[in-house]
Amino acid sequence: MSGNILEVAGVTKVFGGLTAVNDVTMNIPERSIVSVIGPNGAGKTTFFNMITGIYEPTRGTIRLAGRELVGLRPDQVTEAGIARTFQNIRLFSTMTSEENIMVGRHSRLKSGFLDAVLRTKKFHDGEQEARDAARIMLDFVGLGKWRSELATNLPYGDQRKLEIARALATTPKLILLDEPAAGMNPRETEDLKALIRRVRDELGVTVCLIEHDMRLVMTLSEHITVLDYGTKIAEGKPHQVRNDPRVMEAYLGRGAAAGDYGKEERPHA
Amino acid sequence: MTAALQQKPRASAPDRTILLVLFFIVTSAFLLVSHNGDLLGQMGPVGTALKNPIVEALMVSLFLANILFAYLWKAAPWARALVSVGSLLFVLPAAGREDTSLLDLSIQIMIFAALALGLNIVVGLAGLLDLGYVAFFAVGAYTWGIVGSPRFAEILKYFGENPGGTNSGTLAIGLVLTAVTAASMLYISRLTARTAPTAATTWSFRLASVGVVAGVILTVRALLVLLAPQADGLANGLNAGFFWLFLALSIFAAAAVGVLIGLPVLKLKGDYLAIITLGLGEVIRVLANNLDLYSAGSQGITPIKSASVPWFDAAAGALGFAPDQYYLLFLYALVLVMIGLILTVNVRLDRSRIGRAWIAIRDDEVAAQAMGVPLMQTKLIAFATGASFAGVMGMIFAAKQQFISPESFVLNQSIAILSMVILGGMGSFPGVILGAAVVTLLNLRILPGLGEATANISWIPQQANPGQLQRLIFGAILVAMMLLRPEGLLPNRRRQLELHHDDNQEDESAQGNAGALGTASGDVYSAGYAPAKEDDKAGGSR
Repeated sequence: MSGNILEVAGVTKVFGGLTAVNDVTMNIPERSIVSVIGPNGAGKTTFFNMITGIYEPTRGTIRLAGRELVGLRPDQVTEAGIARTFQNIRLFSTMTSEENIMVGRHSRLKSGFLDAVLRTKKFHDGEQEARDAARIMLDFVGLGKWRSELATNLPYGDQRKLEIARALATTPKLILLDEPAAGMNPRETEDLKALIRRVRDELGVTVCLIEHDMRLVMTLSEHITVLDYGTKIAEGKPHQVRNDPRVMEAYLGRGAAAGDYGKEERPHA
Repeated sequence: MTAALQQKPRASAPDRTILLVLFFIVTSAFLLVSHNGDLLGQMGPVGTALKNPIVEALMVSLFLANILFAYLWKAAPWARALVSVGSLLFVLPAAGREDTSLLDLSIQIMIFAALALGLNIVVGLAGLLDLGYVAFFAVGAYTWGIVGSPRFAEILKYFGENPGGTNSGTLAIGLVLTAVTAASMLYISRLTARTAPTAATTWSFRLASVGVVAGVILTVRALLVLLAPQADGLANGLNAGFFWLFLALSIFAAAAVGVLIGLPVLKLKGDYLAIITLGLGEVIRVLANNLDLYSAGSQGITPIKSASVPWFDAAAGALGFAPDQYYLLFLYALVLVMIGLILTVNVRLDRSRIGRAWIAIRDDEVAAQAMGVPLMQTKLIAFATGASFAGVMGMIFAAKQQFISPESFVLNQSIAILSMVILGGMGSFPGVILGAAVVTLLNLRILPGLGEATANISWIPQQANPGQLQRLIFGAILVAMMLLRPEGLLPNRRRQLELHHDDNQEDESAQGNAGALGTASGDVYSAGYAPAKEDDKAGGSR
């Protein structure tokens, strides 16, 4: 193992009396594809929100390549090298695809207020760089033809891809995808799977995803962490997790895990 | 749905060069004639008709429409340049020479246009609803109003009589305190740019900011006391030469107040932000009302100086202006230059990293922050930029009116500026300028003209006299506009497309879902999978 890009140790988030995430430890190896799964309400998105700085953990540490992230603002986390997409698509709806991605370059451009007003060379260089980045990213996810189209006018699956392109434009070390396949048909999901592999293989970006589509998770991930009621109940390689009785219990209920479910079904078959 | 941001093809629009030039010549002639008292006197009944206030208001409006048409119509570049430059630089001043109220009106329109452009950055681009915008206008107005009038001598006299232990030592302490605390604030903000803030950095930053305020107060107080012996020499305020220094200072002061107000306020969103800015706007007005020593309270400050530029006055004299008109012509020229600058700054910021960040924040704050846009800093820049435009225009307003009192900076003014922005088209620069022109013309010329013209018509009952119902007519126009054209007179391309996009979707749903499968519409979820409802309450805690 070459080392972990992200090391999350004992993070806990308490909302009032509710412990949404309880003492979760998770390491993400560099250049890997890992998944976080769990039933609805297991605390997966809360976990993502803590990594990206939207929530501050009640306890615990989060380190990106050795650098402590707890306490940083979301934009500082992005600058440090973590990008994300959202479960419910959050594109800038009044902007074109290209402009959406150019916003993704925000933290990498250094031209300031006076540069913009005086149109300095720094400003022009920055704009050119952002436009180039937008073109490269759009081509990378296969949305080149939508360059000057408003983001809201894109087909649903393409909006998901645009969100990924926008996140990649921040040149992250790690990208967090929150249910990227939600609402996609099987063909779009296959496309997405190929895209996620290319993100890792061609751009060298580590990928961590939350996903409910088990086929996608099992075929794509190298490592899976399972959350239930805010606690980590299992982790390991896909086949290990698939056969873990606690995971089956969390997903299907106690009886099913013990095999009662099948017995009940038999008479009807 | 193709090529969304390309403008509609204008190739089909007919070339209107001739019409534009004709319109310019006719309206200019009418404007020049109708504002020439001697000529009107010789013209008999026609002259009387032209003197009618509503006809006069119409003449002015039609004339100003020249500039709008030069912008909108497809015409040869030379014609557009001729019409806009000719209108603003030749015809308007020429007519204003005969009737100074015309110059006054033009300056007022441009002041409001600049205010609307400033508020447009805050509301239209960054999406922060600010109902206390006029406070920054007040800051600019009082910055010059206090020092450019006899008020300054009275303040100096007061401090001369009540030095309160202040001496040159205080000045040194004040300067050192300001420098040290400001430097430490800079240092702390550098420190926390890349690492998480700790309790120590947070509190030392707050302490330092208190120190800066204290340092500035000490410095200003010491300066006032040290200047006190000069009070008699400054009986009419500072030398007009300081006008230029204070022009820069008013920009800076308003921006600083924008940051000060913005720091605690901008953590809130939407309705909360609107209410708290409304409150702080009122605070500034009440301060102006109650700080009698500095602002003369509700009496107001008068007379306020304007700058006098010898060569400009000489030129104005050569062109046949009366000496008491020099300052108006000068302010007219100044405000033209200023609005040109402000417009340039606006356009350039809009198409830059910062402009994109503002629009991103307006569209989706959480996503913007996740893309690396620092919310607080970006919103503060919007607030400060908008405030600085208001500051400089406040100063020009003070110099034009020669009188300011808290009455000029009431909540209604903030609302009026907001209505200009919305009426013209949020986020659209030509739109908000047009909005400012329309609202100002309505309020200062057309509606009063209508009232005056109908005041003596016997068959209109007193209660229904348009003169009495100006606000009602204005309100009805606003309501009608919002119903018929919610995107504004000259809408921003983005907003128009957004509204159109919604329209398209409504159309589809009206026809049932027949079309929904074929169109690649954004919000149609493909069936068969219900996404988990794990609540994404992002952004709430910060």
